[in-house]
Amino acid sequence: MPRFKVEVKVMPRPTLLDPEGQTVEHALHALGFHGVKGVRVGKSLVFDVSEPNAANAETSAKAMCEKLLSNPVTEDFAVFVTEIL
Amino acid sequence: MRVAVVQFPGSNCDEDTVRAVTGVGGRGYLVWHRESELREPDAVIVPGGFAYGDHLRAGAIARFSPIMRAVTAFANDGGPVLGICNGFQVLCEAGLLQGALMRNRDQLFLSRPVSVRVESIETPFTSAYQKGDILSLPVAHGEGRYVASPETLAELEREHRVVLRYAADNPNGSARDIAGITNQRRNVVGMMPHPERAVDSIVGNEAGRAVFESVVLSPAH
Repeated sequence: MPRFKVEVKVMPRPTLLDPEGQTVEHALHALGFHGVKGVRVGKSLVFDVSEPNAANAETSAKAMCEKLLSNPVTEDFAVFVTEIL
Repeated sequence: MRVAVVQFPGSNCDEDTVRAVTGVGGRGYLVWHRESELREPDAVIVPGGFAYGDHLRAGAIARFSPIMRAVTAFANDGGPVLGICNGFQVLCEAGLLQGALMRNRDQLFLSRPVSVRVESIETPFTSAYQKGDILSLPVAHGEGRYVASPETLAELEREHRVVLRYAADNPNGSARDIAGITNQRRNVVGMMPHPERAVDSIVGNEAGRAVFESVVLSPAH
């Protein structure tokens, strides 16, 4: 069965306060990167998965996000799938 | 009155909670997360700590431990369930309570007494208080900022399901100063403050004792 590399990006909802992002932003300003705005800190998860095709890999990764990898109240997720050749 | 206290790897308020139950005349006992039976409790408490090291998100992994199936069934049957601090996070992740708890507004881990107001005594864990009581209770959390959708917040207010509210300052940025809530059926309660750390005169604070008196001494809920 083909194997796919999956990257899941989980981000705090844009409407919610992200104190960690704010702290990073302040630190960047302090370092002289004055143009930086809107820093958000999320997380990225990577794994391999065996599935018949890319669509199945994506469906299954989305199900993982809904069940465990993200919190539906506070986070949005995005899934990126590439076949391992 | 049998009160099961769930113990995860990383729980650290489990023994204190058993002691608080015992102190008001209840029979508190620990139930390990790998167990599947709660051993016929009259109430269940999910205590504070850092279950599974808070990996991924606080409460996210604990929610899938075998014992949580039994806790969910007990709650769905109407049994009284209290989540304290990390326990509150676990109950939210498990879908037994609405909303979620996020990183504190000011990025700090807070460990200090806070002033909270009892907003509802119509729960098995607050019935021994008077509505409007102001309590000083310790908090100890990094992720205590309660968030929920505007619809959920409106529903909580409309149905008087906010159980505790920060009374003086809002330490963590929680929506509507919420420190504790209950579910629609009012048998499941979650709170960020630690009542089990305030049950003895020797620590100078007994304001939390009535949480345990409520559930242990009151007639069957």
